[in-house]
Amino acid sequence: MTGSARRIMAVADKELRQLSRDRVTFGMVVMIPLIQLLLFGYAINTMVRDIPVAIVDLSGSAAARVITEQVRVTQVVDIVAIYDTPAEAEAAVVAGTIRAALVLPHDLTQRLVAGDTAGQWIVDGSDTMVGSALLGLRSMPLQIEAGTPQGAYRPAGTTFEVALFFNPERRSEVNIVPGLTAVILTMTMILFTSAALVRERERGNMELLITTPIYPLELMIGKLIPYIFVGIIQITIILGLGRLVFAVPFNGQFTDLVVITLAFIAASLTLGLLISTVARTQMQAMQMTVFILMPSILLSGFMFPYDAMPLPAQYIAEVLPATHFIRLIRGVYLRGAEVEQLLPDLLWLAGFTVLMLLIATLRFRKTLD
Amino acid sequence: MNEPAILTRGLSKRFGELVAVDNIDLDIQAREIYGFLGPNGSGKTTAIRMLCGLLTPSAGSVRVLELDIPGDAERLRRRIGYMTQAFSLYDDLSVEENLGFLARIHGLPRYQGGRRIEELLDRYTLRGMRARRAADMSGGQRQRLALAAATLHSPDLLFLDEPTSAVDPENRRDFWEKLFDLVDEGKTILVSTHYMDEAERCHQLAILDTGRLRRQGSPAQLMAELDRRVVEVRGHNLRQVKSRALQIPEVESAAQQGMQLRVLMNAQSAGSAIDILRNSLADADLEMVLARPSLEDVFVASTQDAAP
Repeated sequence: MTGSARRIMAVADKELRQLSRDRVTFGMVVMIPLIQLLLFGYAINTMVRDIPVAIVDLSGSAAARVITEQVRVTQVVDIVAIYDTPAEAEAAVVAGTIRAALVLPHDLTQRLVAGDTAGQWIVDGSDTMVGSALLGLRSMPLQIEAGTPQGAYRPAGTTFEVALFFNPERRSEVNIVPGLTAVILTMTMILFTSAALVRERERGNMELLITTPIYPLELMIGKLIPYIFVGIIQITIILGLGRLVFAVPFNGQFTDLVVITLAFIAASLTLGLLISTVARTQMQAMQMTVFILMPSILLSGFMFPYDAMPLPAQYIAEVLPATHFIRLIRGVYLRGAEVEQLLPDLLWLAGFTVLMLLIATLRFRKTLD
Repeated sequence: MNEPAILTRGLSKRFGELVAVDNIDLDIQAREIYGFLGPNGSGKTTAIRMLCGLLTPSAGSVRVLELDIPGDAERLRRRIGYMTQAFSLYDDLSVEENLGFLARIHGLPRYQGGRRIEELLDRYTLRGMRARRAADMSGGQRQRLALAAATLHSPDLLFLDEPTSAVDPENRRDFWEKLFDLVDEGKTILVSTHYMDEAERCHQLAILDTGRLRRQGSPAQLMAELDRRVVEVRGHNLRQVKSRALQIPEVESAAQQGMQLRVLMNAQSAGSAIDILRNSLADADLEMVLARPSLEDVFVASTQDAAP
């Protein structure tokens, strides 16, 4: 029995020594719980606040200003714009600059006197959590007492009407399926490329490659091309099944979808490439991929609305390609936005790709020093 | 060519405290097989990597094929073939796919590359297994594939880093025949080894030990110039005789070879060597004959010099 215990301890001791010599893995032992805890703590905030909205005041009345103020103090929304016409507001919703707009009609004062609904929310329903939060405002009580005769207004049964655009039934799969493309592509694209270069180094192929006339950039781009097709196959499966099985509507342009998908695939692949110049083993490459994958799930807007997250979490989210892609694909796929309306996110992905490719190429040397 | 194929002066490489290659001067002529003979860790691989431009020397100058290295390493890459110590082709690709890949990397035009591959398949008797994956091949076959890959772009200079470590003697013999064919075509070959029989086949030889160049010359010259005496001792209790022989100051090494003990001695003349041995061992039953130094003796004597 003691012999058995000795052998077990011998293996455990050896394992511990090896673990402590693999600095990256050892670092991950500490970093993963630390970072993930912070991410979860920040992101898991099911109380949605500070949704960016706009006001369209067609009445120009004092009551409208009072209502606007009362909507503001709920803290559910953050009024970021004032538009003159409902059409402008709708365009802004499609473009994703605001999540909803409150339209207060010409006859606002008469409606209030008659006890009718005061106005209408035009809501981007493509994010179901945002939609639900705004539905909560449907019956918010209004107090428009100051400066008006007592009892002039009758309380309405429903304060606002809510028009949920793009996902009127509030089906969560409509929200999830396009977002899932971002998560799955992040995982596979980064993992495949990061492992690809490391594998060549592990198996000794790299020593041969660097004695040939190939240039680092040629090697990098050549390694990426096959995975572009892998990404296209995956997104086709996800969106195809989403349509067939979950009846997720496609409201946008096919070419726009192709453009944003390629931009995201390129960004993810180059990120994987950068990892592969840092990681020494495939195991390390895998861990670094998980390290990027977790915030991409939690902070990108896939699980929790971006607008509801505190600022530090938003800063982290802003760095992740998945965040930008989720904005793009929900815009194009669900809201029928055109690429021109979503240009900042697209340009960000393009810039990210170039930067990653540049750093990866500079880091990759054709020497063994 | 007037200039040697490889010319180094004071070539050194340090990894922190460790001096892997220490102040080496090489003059390697074109159209010959030059051997690096040395034990593991003697700096053979490090030296080869510096000559290829894969490692930057800590000190010293390197000129290979009239190019300054590492500055001109990128231009050199088109003119050298490098066969790494560990098999570095793709295990999951077939013979043909591996060669096809390298042909394209080296920029051979499609038609020319195809013809070159056919030629290599014949030359290295790989035709029968063109569709076989490298992982499923024997050591000798993999080595022939690696040589085919290293010579695919018809380089002027070949670096072979312990090319025969995973190969049986017959395949090794075969392999060396191929190397002489290449030299006959005008190639220069630098090969590292720790096998004496391989070292003996080289035109010129450098004996490396702990990063230093101990001896340089043709194998015959090195054996002839050895200033040591070799005595073969036959008799009983050779293990015991050996430990006693090693006590004698003049004895540098003693190694048993079957029924005899080969003793390497630092002695003035042949006669004095046998006298010293006979007197010291004081065993009448022992039969002693003077032998011609072998390359192994040269090697042992060279590495002994290193010991303080």
